[in-house]
Amino acid sequence: MEHSGKADRKSFGARYQALANTLQLDTRLIAMLGAVICIWLFFDVFSGGLFLSPRNLWNLSVQTSVTALLATGMVLIIVSRNIDLSVGSLLAFLGILGGFAQTELLPLEGTHTWWLSILLMVIVGCLAGALQGWLIAAFTIPAFVVTLGGLMFWRGAGWLFTQGRTVTPLDTTYSDYGSGFIGETYSWIVGVVGFVCLVAISFWKRRRRMSLDFEVKPIAVEVAILAISAVLIAAFVWTMNSYDLPRSEIGRGIPAPVLITIIVVCVMIYIANMTRFGRYIYGFGGNPEAAELSGINTRHVVILSFMLIGGLTAIGAVISTARLNAAPLSIGQLLELQVIAAAVIGGTSLSGGIGTILGALIGAVLMQSLQNGMVLLGVQSAPQQMIMAGVLIFAVWFDVIYQKRRR
Amino acid sequence: MEPIVEMKNVYKRFGGIHAVDDMSLDMYPGEVVGLLGHNGAGKSTFIKMLSGAYSMDAGEIFVDRKPAQISNPIDAKDLGIETIYQTLALADNLDTAANIFFGREILTPWRALDEAAMEHAAIQVMRRLNPAFSKFHDPVRNLSGGQRQSVAIARALQFNARIIIMDEPTAALGPQETQMVADLIRALKREGIALVMISHDLHDVFDLSDRISVMKNGRHVWTGSTEETDKDEVLQMIILGKRPDGSYAPGILADENA
Ligand SMILES: Nc1ncnc2c1ncn2[C@@H]1O[C@H](COP(=O)(O)OP(=O)(O)OP(=O)(O)O)[C@@H](O)[C@H]1O
Ligand SMILES: [Mg+2]
Repeated sequence: MEHSGKADRKSFGARYQALANTLQLDTRLIAMLGAVICIWLFFDVFSGGLFLSPRNLWNLSVQTSVTALLATGMVLIIVSRNIDLSVGSLLAFLGILGGFAQTELLPLEGTHTWWLSILLMVIVGCLAGALQGWLIAAFTIPAFVVTLGGLMFWRGAGWLFTQGRTVTPLDTTYSDYGSGFIGETYSWIVGVVGFVCLVAISFWKRRRRMSLDFEVKPIAVEVAILAISAVLIAAFVWTMNSYDLPRSEIGRGIPAPVLITIIVVCVMIYIANMTRFGRYIYGFGGNPEAAELSGINTRHVVILSFMLIGGLTAIGAVISTARLNAAPLSIGQLLELQVIAAAVIGGTSLSGGIGTILGALIGAVLMQSLQNGMVLLGVQSAPQQMIMAGVLIFAVWFDVIYQKRRR
Repeated sequence: MEPIVEMKNVYKRFGGIHAVDDMSLDMYPGEVVGLLGHNGAGKSTFIKMLSGAYSMDAGEIFVDRKPAQISNPIDAKDLGIETIYQTLALADNLDTAANIFFGREILTPWRALDEAAMEHAAIQVMRRLNPAFSKFHDPVRNLSGGQRQSVAIARALQFNARIIIMDEPTAALGPQETQMVADLIRALKREGIALVMISHDLHDVFDLSDRISVMKNGRHVWTGSTEETDKDEVLQMIILGKRPDGSYAPGILADENA
């Protein structure tokens, strides 16, 4: 009896794998989505329906945004066998720089103040990242060391700007990028545009493959996938629209930080999968010597990857300081570890070459869901940290097993 | 006939090791040169200077009788020199098409990767080498040794090379696949491509090459037509550095006595 049970389970696994292969689906991603759903249901039941309320989901999405945004950059860094420990510290520096620019350099509440300060932050962020990348690539100093230096350096540099004083309040338009939202109508428009893009991309891909006589997914599967995406997008927009403004029936819609994160995720997916740079990141991570022998300028690739995460850190700094309407020195503490954890939970391998943007996004959602849910259940912050540690290690253990079984 | 490549008096040191010590070699279109030598004789190092992977400490390379500056792999590829490395130099996490086009991707008009076009071309070129191959969507990590080697060879074929360097191209292949590579080498030869083949398999070398060149301790021992020598003589050259005429390669005797 026991024997046949085991055999059955195994063949189910094999059949599932075969099915996933024919449908060209990523089994690991689906498993992670399953885990997120389980976590959500668990917290919803034990919080008496609080967890899955529009209000909580809206907040959860905002809380996730900065980690998710940075995790998309961290994936590329880790895939190319580096690490960036400096993001939290650099984020504080850039936040303070932005606040300093708004209060000291530019006219207070001037028409152009908000975007000029954001531009300044992004430029300095890219330069700071490029500097770190250059030290790593040109002098072969390990990324761990350079960015550990960055971790110690940037926050200190932020202190020098303001002598440790918290810059507040910030420009009002600027603050909207952290605490604003786009309203119901625009949210639906975003959803529809997103869906139309998805349809266009799958249609174009399909036509291209068919024109070359390639095997394509069955049309039913293609339609089913699009239908599922439509439902997910609609559910997302509907949820965001269901969190009403106080004493009204008007929904808030997609929060600005979340919209920014969505755009960044799309751009990063494009960069990772559709550009030469993305291809070189993965190839270099898979075999640095092969990249070198293929004539790829690996230095440029490394510098560019750090420049990219520097720019993303600036965007993260905009969101976090705008949300607080202040730029304190303590902002973004331990953020680098959260971001790395999100990427790793999302299936990024620290030995390089493996990891996806979407995985990191789901990893960030998973982590933030746990944190948010535990707060709802009244778990204190010390046990919270311990549980997160357990999840991180479990995720990596799961990955090791998964990778072995795939061979 | 004019040589297509001339490498003259090439030197390369790694710290105290004289990996290549005054080695020269010419290559002609439509000709296979077998490069032989012990483990550590300097064969890979020597050809890597032609592929642009290493820079020469001293020496000259002429391509089509013109001095060539090869300071990186791109320079070599621009000259039509393709290399199948001993380590294969594959990115294990990428699929076959991505590896074949690694560094020379096909782009769409708006500069995105044209995956479909690359896969299409990959299927064509792999068909020449390994008709049964179908794992185009697997990372090459999941391929067998022979299949991986096919991918590495396909990468050299894809770009209309004039000179192909093969560093132990059949090391991981079974008899059938080895036969396939042998046929391929003959076909490439007929197309007028110059080939250098490094191999430890004397049988293969005698079977395929028109000329043989032997290295020992980084030095040139002997180069000559395959027909004017035999396996025993070649073995003596490889192991002892003793040429067919009974003389020894420079520096060899001194080393043995020291
Ligand atoms: N990158 C390197 N750094 C230091 N020493 C090296 C390097 N590459 C090769 N060597 C040394 O140079 C010498 C020649 O090595 P090479 O790889 O060219 O030999 P080979 O003839 O290709 O041998 P095999 O038949 O084992 O492939 C060896 O002593 C080797 O240890
Ligand atoms: Mg070698």
